[in-house]
Amino acid sequence: MNKLNRRDFGVAVVAALLLPATSARADDMEIHIDNFVFQPPELKIKVGTTVTWTNRDDIPHTVVSAGKFRSKTLDTDDKFSFTFTNAGDYKYFCSLHPHMTGMIKVE
Amino acid sequence: MSGHDHGDDGVSRRKVLECMTWAGTGVLWTVTGGVPRSLGIIDSAQAATAATPGMTFLQISDSHVGFDKPANPNALGTLEEAVNKINAMPAKPSFMIHTGDITHLSKAAEFDNAERIISQTKLDVHYVPGEHDFIDEEVKLYRERYGRGTKGAGWYSFDAGGVHFIGLVNVVDLKAGGLGNLGAEQLAWLEDDLRGKSKSTPVVLFAHIPLWTVYPEWGWGTEDGGRALEYVKGFGSVTVLNGHIHQVMQKVEGNVTFHTARSTAFPQPAPGAAPSPGPMKVEDARLRSMLGVASVNFKQNEQRLAIIDTPLQG
Repeated sequence: MNKLNRRDFGVAVVAALLLPATSARADDMEIHIDNFVFQPPELKIKVGTTVTWTNRDDIPHTVVSAGKFRSKTLDTDDKFSFTFTNAGDYKYFCSLHPHMTGMIKVE
Repeated sequence: MSGHDHGDDGVSRRKVLECMTWAGTGVLWTVTGGVPRSLGIIDSAQAATAATPGMTFLQISDSHVGFDKPANPNALGTLEEAVNKINAMPAKPSFMIHTGDITHLSKAAEFDNAERIISQTKLDVHYVPGEHDFIDEEVKLYRERYGRGTKGAGWYSFDAGGVHFIGLVNVVDLKAGGLGNLGAEQLAWLEDDLRGKSKSTPVVLFAHIPLWTVYPEWGWGTEDGGRALEYVKGFGSVTVLNGHIHQVMQKVEGNVTFHTARSTAFPQPAPGAAPSPGPMKVEDARLRSMLGVASVNFKQNEQRLAIIDTPLQG
């Protein structure tokens, strides 16, 4: 499992380097948590988009944006979804491992 | 404490010594002449305990009851092994401290199982919470069980064997991008708690996340830990005991000894040695060989810490 995670992590890093700005589209979007990292760490979406986070680590994480949204504790393979109905920048982090941060830009 | 003159910081500050070993069961501490010395884990500690008078206490950490992932499918089982080792010791420790992450997911059954096993030591256990102990929906299970008589999120102090023990909580109100956090209220309490204490009183600070910065890239440190250390600066003997990083690390700065204990559940990688600090899967045979023993010996007027790592197996 760890090996898979590490490989995925590598792939995700490459993808993030190739596509620094994920193009905005109306489709629902997914963010994976692998190796204590939100991937992609920054996402640009359109208003009305639903973003789903999936924890693929062996350790629980949370997804928290102060005053905006807060997931329950996500154990391995648990998911959390949030629909962004207002434009703006949404910084978020894992309240258990606060060095894990991410950003959703809604336009 | 006669003849125990540390002089000013610049003179007594020693070269930083860091030592790392892998997962084990618990760290046995003894206090002789008011100075805590780690005797290492269980087996190697037994002989030393018999020969060393003074108060002895035990530290266990990061039992993660409920964890069942590949790095250790039976974390409850390895906690029980640790407890069996403790019970087999010829010299009974005075009490035990648990430096947090008792459970993996703060489920009632996990707390119950942990209590069922740990209580078999028949020792008083002084707990501080880890971040894994505060993730139930209402954040109440830890406090219901261990919060009695504590302040704030669960901090407190007590005296034993002439040593002043202070249990701190650095796993709540964590800020985005930051590290562990004590917070203004707890720091004010700490300053007040230490006020009026004789500077010759040995002080033991214990908390889950290291109070010193081990590796900020993985969140291994406490944002305002330096403030807490300011308050104990004038004391002749200060020992800081933490968990969270599932490996032994030690640092000595002046009269302050920093030490992290092993987990009873699973090892974590050395700082930066893996893509993340998550549970480290090793071959089954190797896991047991990594359930090691580390003794740390701290004697007055000696410049060097003696650290002995003895694996339980292999």
